[in-house]
Amino acid sequence: MSEKSHVISTLVEHKPGVLQNVASLLNRRGFNIDSITVGASEVEGLARMVFVVRGDEKVLEQVIKQLHKLVDVVKIKDLDPEYVLKRELCLVKVKTGKANVRSEVIQYADIFKAKIIDVCDDFITMEVTGHPDKIDSFLKLLEPFGIKKIARTGPTAIARGHH
Amino acid sequence: MRGGDAIIKALMDKGVDTIFGYPGGTVIPFYDMLYDSDLRHILVRHEQCAAHAAEGYARASGKVGVCLATSGPGATNLVTGIANAYMDSSPIIAITGQVVSNLIGNDAFQEVDIMGITMPITKHSYQPKDANDIPSVINTSFEIASTGRKGPVLIDVPKEVQEQELDDYVLGTIPTPGYKPTIRGNSKQIAKAAQMLKSAERPLILAGGGTILAGAGEEVKKLAELIKAPVATSLMGKGIVDEKEDISIGMLGMHGKQVANQNVNKTDCLLAIGCRFSDRTTGKLEEFLPEAKVIHIDIDPAEIGKNVAVDLPIVGDAKIALDQLINELEGSKIDESAWFKSIVDFKKSTIPRVSYDDIPLKPQQVIKEIAGAITEDTIVTTDVGLHQMWAAHFLDISKPRKFISSGGLGTMGFGFPAAIGAKVACPDDAVLAIVGDGGFLMVSQELATIKEHDIPVVIAMLNNRKLGMVYQWQNKMYNKRYSETDLGNTPDFVKLAESFGINAERVEEVDKTQEVLSKALKDNESMLIEITVEKDEFIPMFPPGGGINDLLGEYKYEKDVAGGK
Ligand SMILES: Cc1ncc(C[n+]2csc(CCOP(=O)(O)OP(=O)(O)O)c2C)c(N)n1
Ligand SMILES: [Mg+2]
Repeated sequence: MSEKSHVISTLVEHKPGVLQNVASLLNRRGFNIDSITVGASEVEGLARMVFVVRGDEKVLEQVIKQLHKLVDVVKIKDLDPEYVLKRELCLVKVKTGKANVRSEVIQYADIFKAKIIDVCDDFITMEVTGHPDKIDSFLKLLEPFGIKKIARTGPTAIARGHH
Repeated sequence: MRGGDAIIKALMDKGVDTIFGYPGGTVIPFYDMLYDSDLRHILVRHEQCAAHAAEGYARASGKVGVCLATSGPGATNLVTGIANAYMDSSPIIAITGQVVSNLIGNDAFQEVDIMGITMPITKHSYQPKDANDIPSVINTSFEIASTGRKGPVLIDVPKEVQEQELDDYVLGTIPTPGYKPTIRGNSKQIAKAAQMLKSAERPLILAGGGTILAGAGEEVKKLAELIKAPVATSLMGKGIVDEKEDISIGMLGMHGKQVANQNVNKTDCLLAIGCRFSDRTTGKLEEFLPEAKVIHIDIDPAEIGKNVAVDLPIVGDAKIALDQLINELEGSKIDESAWFKSIVDFKKSTIPRVSYDDIPLKPQQVIKEIAGAITEDTIVTTDVGLHQMWAAHFLDISKPRKFISSGGLGTMGFGFPAAIGAKVACPDDAVLAIVGDGGFLMVSQELATIKEHDIPVVIAMLNNRKLGMVYQWQNKMYNKRYSETDLGNTPDFVKLAESFGINAERVEEVDKTQEVLSKALKDNESMLIEITVEKDEFIPMFPPGGGINDLLGEYKYEKDVAGGK
């Protein structure tokens, strides 16, 4: 069976225990969770929870059905990979001891539209958002300078246009 | 009115007459308020039995069963019972006390995260933080427990919430925008199902516990007769149609009837209703239903296609969907069916042997005596083990809700407390618990409960002094290496029962068995009947992982009994 990556977007009741319930259900049913993001949605009292998970189609179908059974889960969508807009936020702290290194890093940040949010004598901290692939490439470019810390949110997603 | 009073009032407003429970630190406020109320409380002697009794109550009556325990160990003692109810989709509500809110998370005395622990085994749970929410939480919990695919709901009530004064008692609802079970079958799917059944040559119905939960007995029978389809059941579906009638071919599965197991694979169209195709029912999936188109009606979409590939899914309540299907098929009644006739002939020629004159008694013979002692209205509960399978295989049940057994979880210790709950729910029906010596000893303290509360339950204990079912597996599959399955000679069960003030008798002969059972059931008195049975008599089975027609052991036939005894 082929393990594919899926983005599942759910609307859930915004209250304690829901994240735990959903995460433990996915885990119990043998689905590997790559990431979960949670935050308020357009509906008051409901949160949007977006997961990236891996598993085969049959397991995916079962997981969606099982998620539907949770009373706190209001809506579920397996986002079509063709129409999904995936975005992630990443904070990264890079070593910039020498002056020429600092300007090189700032140049990369410019290209990737990363924002510099903190600078000190030894480090620059940047904020970059975008498709996870873009973040991966950005981080790869920074690697030779010495990355001190990375904090990624994991992707959240929404369907394009009318989808 | 305080939170605890609100719990009591809301339960009574929902029609609850009795709850099963056990007090402790965090529910003392509740118990203090119970003291002045009209709500009946059965003090069990172990919380696990409160949950099982609530389930027995629910399954016998179709109502919601309620159990209650204190926080910490009281709550964790409920866990097995909650899990059992979850696996068998029984509507129960478990109420637990919780430490005062400002101590939650501090590892306070007798604090456990019971909501977290039971998350995978409850349909839903609540922890009201404001006593004003209690009536609505209880109201909504009833709604969730008893609709859609039924199941347990947990309500965890911090101690101070039980003591908090309410501003106003309002039996409202807690919004559940994500909860909308599908009740009616999709009419296009129903029409397609009717077409498939009409064109089938060898239709067969498999009815599971969902048919019992939906109260679909009449509908299953009507449909089966309309299309001339024999009805097999899972353990949980037993009694949905009268097993004495031609239309029934009994339980399918690991310890199923020959007529069910050996004919299921001949069907060209299986109509499965309210069943979940557990491995104990189907055996190896690759060898199950090689030729059949499968129609699956279930209220839980997640059950459809989970184990067996389904050609036509219908999501809906079994009773309503069957009714729709019957309407669709009206006018196309089949009168003659060679297939149906062949099944009836098969059934008649393979009536399993129950007559023996051996001592110690053969378990089959004991079931025959039980059959002679009960009526169609006797509620039979079973524990888990060989005795359960003997009963499931050999004891014909005529009506729904008259056979109550632990199916999905297979919980030893279920049978006796479930019988207590059933008797409380249906005081006019005789209740018989068929138990083994191992499982009974796990819950024998409940003899005190039936004595104190005068709940007449008759217990038929098939004593083989073994953990019989495991012993059978060791005999058949582990080279007769009987590791830890001998239970020795203690206790003296008669003395044990008598020490609780419960009448007891040990029987070792054939005739005595039925006489003692009949009398106890008729007298409506509690009694433990210990029946010494042969330990080396085994029930036919397919091995775990084997196909439905792999057979370990052999079928024996009543027609072969010399002299037709
Ligand atoms: C709580 C629990 N523990 C262990 C088991 C495993 N188990 C299944 S049947 C069985 C033996 C039951 O023995 P007994 O109650 O004497 O019934 P018998 O099989 O002898 O009729 C055991 C140990 C179980 N089902 N439940
Ligand atoms: Mg035994």
